[in-house]
Formats: sequence, C-alpha cells, structure tokens
Amino acid sequence: MIEVHELTKRYGDREAVKRISFSAARGQVLGFLGPNGAGKTTTMRMLTGFLPPSSGTARIAGFDIFSQSAEVRRRIGYLPENPPLYLDMTVRSYLTFVARLKGIERGRVRSACEDVIERTGLGNVAGRLLAHLSKGYKQRAGLAQALIHDPEVLVLDEPTIGLDPRQIIEIRQLIKTLAGNRTVILSTHILPEVAQVCDKVVIINEGRIVCEDTIANLTRTATLEEVFLRYITADSAAAEDVAHGPGSAAEL
Amino acid sequence: MRNILTIAGRELRAIFASPIAYVVMTGFLLLGGWFFFNLLARFNLLVSMYSSFQGGAEAMERLNVNEFVIGPLFHNLSVVLLIIVPMITMRSFAEEKRAGTYELLLTSPIATWEIVVGKFLGVVSFIALMIGLTSVYGIILSLYGNPELGIMLAGYLGLLLLGITFVAIGLFASSLTENQIIAAVTGLVMLLLLFVIAWPADSAGPTIGAVLRYVSVTEHFADMIRGVIDTSTLVYFATMIVGWLFLTQRSVESIRWR
Repeated sequence: MIEVHELTKRYGDREAVKRISFSAARGQVLGFLGPNGAGKTTTMRMLTGFLPPSSGTARIAGFDIFSQSAEVRRRIGYLPENPPLYLDMTVRSYLTFVARLKGIERGRVRSACEDVIERTGLGNVAGRLLAHLSKGYKQRAGLAQALIHDPEVLVLDEPTIGLDPRQIIEIRQLIKTLAGNRTVILSTHILPEVAQVCDKVVIINEGRIVCEDTIANLTRTATLEEVFLRYITADSAAAEDVAHGPGSAAEL
Repeated sequence: MRNILTIAGRELRAIFASPIAYVVMTGFLLLGGWFFFNLLARFNLLVSMYSSFQGGAEAMERLNVNEFVIGPLFHNLSVVLLIIVPMITMRSFAEEKRAGTYELLLTSPIATWEIVVGKFLGVVSFIALMIGLTSVYGIILSLYGNPELGIMLAGYLGLLLLGITFVAIGLFASSLTENQIIAAVTGLVMLLLLFVIAWPADSAGPTIGAVLRYVSVTEHFADMIRGVIDTSTLVYFATMIVGWLFLTQRSVESIRWR
C-alpha cells in the first residue's frame, strides 16, 4: 500500500531525510518512531504531497507521490501535528467544508459529515465553534477531517501530543477502531503508544532509517524502550565516529 | 468550478466571521458619506453663488453634477480602497499558513489555481458588496437631480475594476508571508506605487513616459470616471488582474519547488 524508495529531502545544504526506504501493507498500522527533529514530519509531508521530495520516490496505493499527486491526495487522510482547524467555524460547518474540498459528491456530503461525527464521537459538540473546544475535541475534529473521505491511507503526525492521559487513551482507542483495512502511519515519540497501537515499527534517527521490523519481532528479547535506545544510540555513535573520527571523540 | 466555489464561500465566511469586515465596511461607508455630503454641499454653494451673479446663468451651464460631485467622490473612494483592500486580503494566505490550515488546503485533491481563484472570488464579492452599498449616493442624486447615468455607471465599473485589481495584488502580497502585518504593508506599498508610478512620466522621455502612464492605474481610472471606456483600459485591467493572480499561483506553488 505504501512503498517508500530512497526518499530524500534537502533544505539547502542540510539533508533532513536521507534516502529512506520502507513499506507498509494494507491494513497495517505502522509506527513511525524517532526523537524530535529526526525527520518524521518532513517524511509525512512528502507522503501527503505537501512538500516534494528532493530525490527518490514513494508510491501510495500504486500512485507516485510526485507525478500523480492528485490521485494520492484523494486517497490519503492527513492529520498534521497541529490539527488544521478553522477556529471561526462550527465542527459541522468545518467538516462540510472539508468534505467538499476532498471532492465528496454533493449528495453525500451531509451523510459523510454525520457519519464521521459519530465515528469520532463529536456528536455533542457538532454545533459548537472549534475555537471553544478542548484540546482533546480539537484533536478529534482533526481526525474527523482526515477520515471524512474514507481514505485508504491515514497519516497521523503525533496524534496524541499535548493531550491529558484520559484523552490519549481515547484517541488511541479511536485510532485502533479506525484502522480496519486502512493503512495507518502514525508518528510519535511515545513508545508505549507504539506497542499498544501498531503492528510494525520504523525507527528514524537523524534522517536515516535505523530499524524496520514488526513489534512482535522487536520485543521478543527486550522491551521497546531498550530496542529504541539501542538503535538510536548505536546510530548516533556511528555517525559521530564517521564525523569526527576516534581522535576528536576522545577530546570531548 | 465546485472547488473554486467551496474556497470562495469559505473565504467570504472568514471575512464576515472576523470583526474586520464590519469595521472596514463601516469605515468605508462612513468616509464615503462624508465625502458625498461635503462634495454636494460645495456644489450647492457654487450653484447658489453663480445664480446670484450677473450673467451667472452662463456659468451655471458648466456646473454639472457628474463633474463636481460624482467624479471627485469616486477619486476619494479609490484612495480609501487603496488603504483598506490590503487589510482585507492580508489574512487570505498569511493566516492559513499561521493556523496550519494551509496544509489541509495543499494536501487536498484540488489545484493551487483553484485555491487562488476561489480566494480571489471570495474577497471580490465582499469588495463588490461594499462598493455596491455606495450606490445610495447615486440613487439620491438621481432622485433630486439629473446626473448622466452612463457616466456614473462607467465610474462605478471603474471603481469596481480598480478594487478587483487591488484584491489581486493584495492576495499576492499575502501569499508571500505568514505574517499578516507584513502582508498588509507589502500590499499597501505595492498599491501606492501603482498609483504614483507615472509621476516621472513627463521628465522620463516620450517612450518610457508613455509606458509609465499605461502601467499606472490612475489614468485608466480617471478615463472611466469621465465616462470613457476604451479597449486599452479594459485590456489593462484584465491583464493586471490575470497577471497578479498568476503570480499568486506561482507563489503558492513555490512551496513545491523550494
């Protein structure tokens, strides 16, 4: 469903994402893990067509993200790190707007809205202004926006960030129930979240993929924390060696 | 077309959802009323002065309401538009970028030119409504006097085309930044330049002078207020509007090649 091949993003001289490749099958929930600034958001922005890659390709549902961007965008639901909400609109009018934007046929706009409102549990705030909602409900509205056109692929950028524990649990539950036969990419740096929600893990550090495996395989001998730290520190140390050589490392 | 209307509808709602729309509209109509009242009062004074003169009847012939009230009114309103249009267009793109909704727009299956044209139509309908409301002045004049309707309508068309051109330029300024203040100031400076670009025309030599005069919006606008609608003026406005919208589209699209 998602095949990423040697995807690279450069900002000027700096390579934010370096030749990454990974894949996810239909129905899989893929946890995209990494420290802050590792390149998670940049990768997601490339997959959703917001930013073009500097080189490399990715195919989503068989369509190339660069040359067939419109087809890809039709099939993808994207929740950016800050939910893209128009705070001056009510939940219902906002979702109606998004439904039209996503190209849902005129006759089905209303039912698509009501459907997604129910699935994301927004029923009792549907008539309220987005500006007046709590952070948890805003996040739900963001999810509803990503889901409204029933996309084959869902891309969620840190969907639980800044929520209180109860809200985090609710959103995770929601993501699990929404997955169904969709492919979900979910970025996070909260490890237990991955263990609870995902089938497969990709760990990215300093723009490179350092690990791609299923949860079951990774946690066979160690906890996810240990695995994560091992990969991240091993990778950083290796990078350090390459950059400075053993001599300069000793001076530190 | 549907995508364009969706964006246009959202833009128009956003304008009315913020207090800016009401402040701007009230200010525009208040100033318009003030100009209208004073121009009319002056016209009245002239009429009563001339009629008390010996041989004033001849001079009275030359007093005409189109030239003494409507023309100056349109000129004054054009200056007000120059200042307030950037304040309406400033949020169009800048605010979307700041709020993160830009990502929603650009990752939706909709072309960037549809976003640009949609936003343009949304703001233009607001400006058209605002200009339309000033038609009370025309109606009052027609009830109590007999202005030449054709000239007045040409002037209105001129004011509308001027406002639409300003919107296209303001949108371009907004597409450059995520800071609304910068968008407003950039837009204002660009519009002012467009107003005064013909100032050196007399000293710049015949060719450059003619080019500057053609580029400047003021002469075309003045023509229309005098009731002259010629093809070169219409071509001028059409080129300006389409050209600036094209540049806006390139500017929005540029995120994809940076």
